[in-house]
Amino acid sequence: MEKVLMKGNEIIGEAAIRSGCKVFFGYPITPSTEVVEYLSAHMPKHGGTVLQAEDEIGAINMCYGAACTGTRVMTASSSPGVSLKQEGISYSAAVGLPMVIVNVNRCGPGLGGLGPAQSDYFQSTRGGGHGDYRTIVLAPSKAQELYDYTMMAFDLADKYRNPVLLLTDGFLGQTMEPVVLKERPEAPAVDRDWVVDGARGREKRVLASYSLTNEIGEANNLVWEAKYKDIQEKEQHWEEFYTEDAEYLLVSYGITGRICKSTVLNARKKGIKLGLIRPITLWPYPEKAFLPFKDKVKGIVTVELNTGQMIEDVKLSVECKVPVHLYRRQGGMLPTEHEILDYVENTFGIAAREV
Amino acid sequence: MEKIFGRSKGLTDVPFSFCPGCTHGTIMRLIAEVMEELDIIEDTIGISPVGCAGFSQNFFSCDFIGAAHGRAQAVGIGVKRSLPDRIVFTYQGDGDIAAIGTQHAIHAAARGEKITSIMVNNAIFGMTGGQMAPTTLEGMKTTTSPYGKDVSTTGYPIDLPRLIANLEGAVYVAAVSVDSPKNINQAKKAIKKAFQVQMAGLGFAFVSVLSTCPTNWGISPVDSLQWLRENMMPVYQMGELKVTEEVKSL
Amino acid sequence: MMDKVIIAGFGGQGVMFLGKVMAYAGMGSDLELCWIPSYGPEMRGGTANCSVILSDEEIYSHVIDYADCAIVLNKPAYEKFSPRVKPGGVLVVNSSLAKLESKRDDITVIEIPATDMANELGNPSIANMICLGALIPHLKLIDFNKVEKAMTKLTAKRPQLMDVNLTAINKGLEFKNQ
Repeated sequence: MEKVLMKGNEIIGEAAIRSGCKVFFGYPITPSTEVVEYLSAHMPKHGGTVLQAEDEIGAINMCYGAACTGTRVMTASSSPGVSLKQEGISYSAAVGLPMVIVNVNRCGPGLGGLGPAQSDYFQSTRGGGHGDYRTIVLAPSKAQELYDYTMMAFDLADKYRNPVLLLTDGFLGQTMEPVVLKERPEAPAVDRDWVVDGARGREKRVLASYSLTNEIGEANNLVWEAKYKDIQEKEQHWEEFYTEDAEYLLVSYGITGRICKSTVLNARKKGIKLGLIRPITLWPYPEKAFLPFKDKVKGIVTVELNTGQMIEDVKLSVECKVPVHLYRRQGGMLPTEHEILDYVENTFGIAAREV
Repeated sequence: MEKIFGRSKGLTDVPFSFCPGCTHGTIMRLIAEVMEELDIIEDTIGISPVGCAGFSQNFFSCDFIGAAHGRAQAVGIGVKRSLPDRIVFTYQGDGDIAAIGTQHAIHAAARGEKITSIMVNNAIFGMTGGQMAPTTLEGMKTTTSPYGKDVSTTGYPIDLPRLIANLEGAVYVAAVSVDSPKNINQAKKAIKKAFQVQMAGLGFAFVSVLSTCPTNWGISPVDSLQWLRENMMPVYQMGELKVTEEVKSL
Repeated sequence: MMDKVIIAGFGGQGVMFLGKVMAYAGMGSDLELCWIPSYGPEMRGGTANCSVILSDEEIYSHVIDYADCAIVLNKPAYEKFSPRVKPGGVLVVNSSLAKLESKRDDITVIEIPATDMANELGNPSIANMICLGALIPHLKLIDFNKVEKAMTKLTAKRPQLMDVNLTAINKGLEFKNQ
């Protein structure tokens, strides 16, 4: 297996190609631009098509069209661009279209800045556009996960006929790290008896999301709800780090999830029993991860790059049985491993004991 | 007895649900006949928008995708880029393609996307109850221009085919009408050419069809046809606006 | 074991390339590593910086608050990054472009007139490599041989640059700090 040094955003592009993604529609926006640039250079060599659309709205609707044909398709953008895509994502969720949407998050609101942020957590995990739908959200924290989760995103999208969001940030996107370009395992066989590709020797098919009557509307909502429950049951993914004997827990995903691992190691050196739950899926939220801890740990700190968004899911997951605090940086700033530990010590009044 | 006229195979058995005097049904029949004559029904994927044109997904016998308002061409491009050997057409109203979705029309033409777009222009938003469209004529009363469209504040009607014809990638652009048997025949020829252009892979093909909306215009079906001739035809340039040499030699 | 290095200078001084040489030297030794370009508003305004982390175990946080070493190629880079070197760390200063009136006494400061030395070699753009040479003895995880191998890879398309760069690195290695 080949090990190479690549920029995070380029890794997403390479993983998409190796996942059998055949069409990509995008629009350049910092800090996601290297994704479309990389694919423009490499995808045609693999028989794929990259089209720089007139705008984000065009790009997502082209994805919608491509997905209707059963072709593996991806788009990539950054926060304001992903906001523009929301109508198309809602339509795609309603029709049940597999597609991968990459959000290389920047900080907002508004034009915001290019620095790393997690300010799109609510948008990503609550559907994001109009109507009551969900997208599966994966949160990589390092180069290898950018690669692995991109592949996972395509498979989940196909498996559940649902858009899947890969939520990353510009810091991961710009960092070069070694990545093992694993050969893709055989993609699971999926049912394609719904695609629209010309009614050759079969009845015509229509892929659309209009509910002519309220009764039809409710029936549709129930179908989607059942699917979302199924996904919630089967696809909660997370990583645990030094949780077994933990008295205190950090909860953090993506770039900060990774920083928190250093915090945990530093804490352990000082004799503080700190552990980490790092959600891999943000929707479905890995509430199962908290079951063993909600009657056990003394306190939890979520570390986020926003005003405190994921903390709501953590509080729900522990049914408010454990005090949950927030340590956050915003506007493109990243916390260091040390400042997180300072916050943990101060918040819980922990006197470090050298071991 | 020999059957000399019947329902085109390009249409399903679902009866048209349009208002009396609306010409959507005529235009859809022409497209259906063209698909049948070119033997492409099983190769074709149609894209419907929202609005009255959105019903097209029920009436055509080919595969169909329902798009968001204004996005039919972007969706169609997604299909065509994925399946280049299929035929893709969009069936859109003027409110869809010339207002909320204009950017896709312009760029589909500029890129020479190998799809066919049919615009049905009745100078109004029909399904939502007769609001002003970018194609609404000067002085015309709509629910959002109740005192008559004032061009000094709401702008002039957009003649989209003329805009599109200026773009290199558009190889066939025509503006036709279905107000008379003669014009219906011409419209069918234009629609057929627009599909043949795509089958030959030549570039973007665009046909605008003037249509009536008696319900929202507040005029009888028969008078509507006369109103279209007297008021719309002088504003919108009619005929084949652009036929490249390659298209001529088809 | 870990080497956290900050590299900074004007745009055009080869800051990013210097970082890449170190990163590829790490790749060639199967180390864990991160190459992080300057990010955010720092991308604009004429200064460039990047960071490289080399490690023999998994790198978790790659946010560098304090570095083990830094190479600063001009005065503004010195002003900005000299406080970011850990006590006991090493700071390589291109003294041709950064004359120091005072300096920290809790770190090793190597003042090397890299731009002047590069000019003597007839190529002002290799001051970065001279500084790298001066730093190499202070790195825990890579040495000259590993850098040489990385250089072969990085200059594969323009092999004439290989010798130029390696000569510069050797000049830096030979430099005796005053």
